[in-house]
Amino acid sequence: MSALLEVTDLVVAFGDVRAVRGVSFSLSEGETLAIVGESGSGKSLSSLAVLGLLPAQARVESGEIRWAGEDVSAMSERELRALRGEQLSMIFQDPLSALNPSLTVGYQIAEMFRRRRGLRRDEARRRAVEAMTEVGIPDAARRVGAYPHEFSGGMRQRVMIAMALALEPRLLIADEPTTALDVTVQAQILRLLRHRQREGLAMVIISHDLGVVARTARSVVVMYAGQAVESGTVADVYIAPAHPYTLGLLDASPSARDSNREIRPIDGYPPDITALPTGCAFHPRCPFARERCRTEEPDLREFAPGRSSACHYAEEVLARGAAVDHAGA
Amino acid sequence: MEQQSTTPVLELVDLVAGYRSRHGLLGRRNEVRAVAGVSLSVSAGETVCLVGESGCGKSTVARAVVSLLRPFSGEVRFDGRNVTGLKGRELKNLRRQVQLVFQDPYASLNPKMTVRELISEAWRIHPGIVEPDGWDAEVARLLERVGLNPGHAERYPHQFSGGQRQRISIARALAVRPRLIVCDEAVSALDVSIQAQVLTLLRELQRDLGVAYLFITHDLGVVRHFADRVAVMHLGSIVESGDTEQIYEHAEHPYTRALLSAAPSVEDWRDDAENGEIVLTGDVPSPLNPPPGCRFHTRCWKAQDRCRTEEPELLERGTGHPVACHFPATDPVAAM
Repeated sequence: MSALLEVTDLVVAFGDVRAVRGVSFSLSEGETLAIVGESGSGKSLSSLAVLGLLPAQARVESGEIRWAGEDVSAMSERELRALRGEQLSMIFQDPLSALNPSLTVGYQIAEMFRRRRGLRRDEARRRAVEAMTEVGIPDAARRVGAYPHEFSGGMRQRVMIAMALALEPRLLIADEPTTALDVTVQAQILRLLRHRQREGLAMVIISHDLGVVARTARSVVVMYAGQAVESGTVADVYIAPAHPYTLGLLDASPSARDSNREIRPIDGYPPDITALPTGCAFHPRCPFARERCRTEEPDLREFAPGRSSACHYAEEVLARGAAVDHAGA
Repeated sequence: MEQQSTTPVLELVDLVAGYRSRHGLLGRRNEVRAVAGVSLSVSAGETVCLVGESGCGKSTVARAVVSLLRPFSGEVRFDGRNVTGLKGRELKNLRRQVQLVFQDPYASLNPKMTVRELISEAWRIHPGIVEPDGWDAEVARLLERVGLNPGHAERYPHQFSGGQRQRISIARALAVRPRLIVCDEAVSALDVSIQAQVLTLLRELQRDLGVAYLFITHDLGVVRHFADRVAVMHLGSIVESGDTEQIYEHAEHPYTRALLSAAPSVEDWRDDAENGEIVLTGDVPSPLNPPPGCRFHTRCWKAQDRCRTEEPELLERGTGHPVACHFPATDPVAAM
């Protein structure tokens, strides 16, 4: 069976600066993949490229994006429009900027049913109320006439999810969907997303938060300086990271569950993508780095079935990481 | 910490603070009590975390502590002395002792000043800390102390990354040799790897200089690793407080339990999701119009009639630490 979404060697550039440098990932129908990384790692650009929603100055320089086996770059504008929204939709960190402030929430949801499904106004409105009820907006029949500013942050994100899921897409890309929300509201939204996953919705969740990833995804791609540096199932990667950056991230992540683990920072700062270090981009911050890392850029290689790392010394990192209990395994 | 003296550095006694709002142009004036009676103490060399969600009043507490806001009532005591309403020279002296580090170092550092100017500004305002001929050396020492290159003193804030800017803010706070630093979401905007750097730095500074922290955050992971004591705030009041391990291992207030349960952490991949997870329904009520009785009752799964009318006090209820709940979860089975 071919993958639902398959991204191969994606390169996204701003002018001659490459912000995404050869990223590959794929996911099957009903699967959830997390792309995790810190600011500037290229995690959001990778998914925006999938939707053809890159900022004006950015372009896909090379690589291939396949949707259900079909090359997206060969699709016409009409086919792309049908793909986005119908098959594949996206939610963002800040729902307020994604909603039109001068139209009621109900109108904005109903508009999709009118345009895409050709429903009459009253029928579309009824479907909007249903969609709002399904994502847990209380009193939807009344709230359908309210404007975005009349909703709290959590309720606005629910509205976004209602819109994103209204046309029953096969894949939802969620870019930091809970980052702007309070922790108790975040838990509500994550639960809502999990219920949809269980009903068969595939998801790509983009996050900087290893905890959110642990709660939502089965597999994970870790990005650093525009590249995928590690991938595997969340359980495998968290128990025994095989890239020093992943190891460092896990060590640096504070946990509300575990008091015994000391948090340890990663030395140094993420590189400027306009002036990347030679060799491995992580080497100036890496406790494992040797001469080879300064000169030779490592490829992402599959060192065990379903597990890849872009480190010359992945096996060594794996052995070191396994000796420390990172994720309470 | 060992160097605790009997009198806390900071003591808040029944602090009530907030702002005044008006409904409409000619409408009635309203007193919004963002902080509705908070008592709290911080000893020398201690870290107390005030944790809560947006709108709970935690930043208003910070502003009252550093005298950026005059409370409606209650006291802010520094070394046992009430400092609310201080003016002129006395206020200036107080500000030397208490420093504030904000979340956003992009907004809190003047972009037109060099790092040297930003740090030495305080010595101009508070003469006598460092003599002018020693400024350059002291700036270099402070930069080194917070892990920055002392040779970068002539650079401007925009030439630094977010994490480095927060180090500059910390160097600036340290310049007056304060006894208390109030950190208002000071690491919240930073990437995880950098956040850990700044937390480690703050802890080293505490160990070496004995400075106390009132650390205000929404991040329960950070609190667990960083705090000696925790106070959990909800809609203007503290609902539970105690030693960090007490709170994390034996939370009694339903809100604290819900918060802890909601906080995602790296271990969560193991749990079959929703196993014992407490997910609150509804939104946080508005502080403009808090519910009567216990302010948490609208979202509390244990609420009874009493909770709707009678506001629970923050008391030790056979729980080992104070909790503001009529029905604390002393029985772990009943809690789930």
